[in-house]
Amino acid sequence: MKRLILAFAAAAILAACSSTPTMEQEGAAVEDRNAAAAAAAQQKPPTQTQTTGPTSKPLESSSMSGNALKDPSNILSKRTIYFELDSNVVKEEFKPVVAAHARYLQQNRGVKMTVQGNADERGSREYNLALGQRRADAVKQAMQLLGAQPDQIESVSFGEEKPKATGHDEKSWAENRRADLAYPND
Amino acid sequence: MQYKTENLHATMLNLLRALIVSLLFAAGSAGAAMTIEIVGAGANQIPVAIVPFRAEDGLAQKLTPVVSADLARSGLFRMVDPGGMNPVPYEPEQLNYAQWKARGAEAVVIGSVSKAADGRYEIRFRVMDAVKQTQIAGFVYFATESQLRLTAHKIADVIYEKLTGDTGVFATRITYVVKRGRNYELHVADADGFGAQSVLSSNEPIISPAWSPDGTRLAYVSFEQKKPVVYVQSLVTGARQPVAQFRGSNSAPAWSPDGKRLVVTLTRDGGSQLFTINADGSGAPVRLTQSSAIDTEANFSPDGQSILFTSDRGGGPQIYRISAAGGAAQRVTFEGTYNVSPRHSPDGKSFTFIQRNGGRFNVAVQDFASRQVQVLTDGGIDESPSFAPNGKIILYATEIGGRGILAAVSSDGRIKQRFTADVGDAREPAWSPVVNK
Repeated sequence: MKRLILAFAAAAILAACSSTPTMEQEGAAVEDRNAAAAAAAQQKPPTQTQTTGPTSKPLESSSMSGNALKDPSNILSKRTIYFELDSNVVKEEFKPVVAAHARYLQQNRGVKMTVQGNADERGSREYNLALGQRRADAVKQAMQLLGAQPDQIESVSFGEEKPKATGHDEKSWAENRRADLAYPND
Repeated sequence: MQYKTENLHATMLNLLRALIVSLLFAAGSAGAAMTIEIVGAGANQIPVAIVPFRAEDGLAQKLTPVVSADLARSGLFRMVDPGGMNPVPYEPEQLNYAQWKARGAEAVVIGSVSKAADGRYEIRFRVMDAVKQTQIAGFVYFATESQLRLTAHKIADVIYEKLTGDTGVFATRITYVVKRGRNYELHVADADGFGAQSVLSSNEPIISPAWSPDGTRLAYVSFEQKKPVVYVQSLVTGARQPVAQFRGSNSAPAWSPDGKRLVVTLTRDGGSQLFTINADGSGAPVRLTQSSAIDTEANFSPDGQSILFTSDRGGGPQIYRISAAGGAAQRVTFEGTYNVSPRHSPDGKSFTFIQRNGGRFNVAVQDFASRQVQVLTDGGIDESPSFAPNGKIILYATEIGGRGILAAVSSDGRIKQRFTADVGDAREPAWSPVVNK
C-alpha cells in the first residue's frame, strides 16, 4: 500500500512535470493540422486523415517504404517504449530509441507520426485512457526537446483497449504499460 | 369506467414510438441472448399472484410469464402460485378473495386479451388488492404482435409502481459493448436482456456509451480512426457523426440534461481536460477545467447545475464536483486512494462510483449530504456503474472466470443480478432513461 501511495505521489509529480508541454501543444490545434496537411499534400498525400470512416483511408506508397524505418538493423525499427507502474518517465534504456526517431523527424520535416499511449487493464477504462495519454505526451515532449516539431507528432491513447499481452498478471501488465511509435505506412 | 383515459392515450403514443424504434432496430439482429440470474432478495417481498390472462395462450408472445419474470427478477416480489382456481378469474367479480388470502397473496393481477377492430390486440388488466378487495389499478393497452413483449414490461411497470411506490423500469433498455474475438459491437437490449440488437459493429474498440436524455441517441467513443473519437448515433435513423475528433484523444462523453451539449475529455490543449461541446458537433469546444492533472469521466447532475468527474490533481484519482459553468472544483471522495467513474443518482442526492479496496475494485454509493459511503459489491473487477432511471438498481460490468459480464445490484446492496451473454465479453453497460413518461 505504501508503495502504491509513493507511486501515486511520483505520478503526481510527473504529471506536474508533463503538464509543462501544454504550451507547445497549444499551437497544434485542428486548424493548424489542416493547414499543415494541405501543405504536405503538395509533396505527398496527407497522412493524418480527416476521414470519418475506418475504411476510406487511401494507403499511399510514399518515399518511406523500404527506408530506415523498416530496416530491422536500424534503431528506427524499434517502436515501443515501456513504462513502470504509475509512471510516465521515459527510462534510460529507451532514450536512444526516442532520440533516433526525433532525429529522423528533424531530418524529414514532411513526415508526421503518432505516439500511441497504453495502460494496463486495472481500473477505469476512461482513467486508463488518460494515463496512456500521459505516457504518449511524455514521449512526444521528449522528441520535441530533441528537435522534432510539435505538428509532426500527434499523441493519442488507446488506454487499456489494445493490450499487447492478454494475461492478468504483472508480466502482462508490464507489457501493456507502453507507448508505440506509429508511422503512416506501418 | 375505471380505465384511466389519460394513461391510455399516453400508452398508445408510446407504443407507436416504440414500434418505430423496433422496426429500425430490426435491421441488425445481434443473435445473442442474455439470461439473468438473481442472487439475494429484498427484506420484505410483496406476495403477488399473476393469473394467466384470458386468451393469451393464442398469442405469439404470452404476456403473464414476462410480467412474472420481471417482478420476480426485481427481488421485491414473491410470486404466489395462481394455478388451480375454478373458475379462473379474468374479471373482478370472478375473484374468490378468501382463497387468494389463504394463499398469502396481497395482490392479484387479472386480465384478458381480445382482438380490436383495427386488428391489434386489446389487453385489459387490473391489479386487485386481495386484502381490501378493491381495485388498485386498471389499464387497457393496444398492441401489435411485435409490441407484446414491451406491453408485458409496461404491465410489470404498473404493478411495480402501484405496489412499491417507485417507478418501474422494466420497459426501458440497456446498452453495452460486446467483444467477440477482434470484433466489437454496441448492443441495445430490453432491460431484461431480451431482444439484443447490434447498432454498431467495428474491428476497433468501442467504449463509454451514454444515452441522450430522451433515449433516442447514443454518444460513445470509437477507435475506428486509430485514436479515440466521440460519436453521436441516432437510434431512430442509425445515422452517426463524429462530434469530437480533435488532435489527440477525445473521450468520456456526458450528456447535459437538456440533450443539447456534451462534456467530453479532450487532450488537444495538452493533458486530459474537460470541455463542453454541442451535441451536434457544431461550434468550438469550451474548456471547463484548468488543471495540470487528469480530469475525465464527467457526469452531469440531474438538474444540470453541476458535474462530477475523476481527477488525479491531488495525487491518486478521486472524484470532484464543479459547476457546469466552470470555476473551482471541490473534492467529494476522501475514503481510499482510488475512486473513479462517478454517476449521479436520478434524484441527485447520491452518486455511484468504483472504489478500490486493496486490489479489488467495487461498486460504491456515496450520499452527498452525509458523505456516507456504502460499498455494494464484493467482487474484484467491477467497472462502469450506472443507475437505473428509478434509482433502485445499479448496472455495472464485472468479470467471472476471465469473461466480462454485466451485473446489477440494488442500491441498498441486498439484491444482485448477473446478466450472462451467451457468447463474447460484455462490458461498458449503461441504462436508458425512462422515455415514455
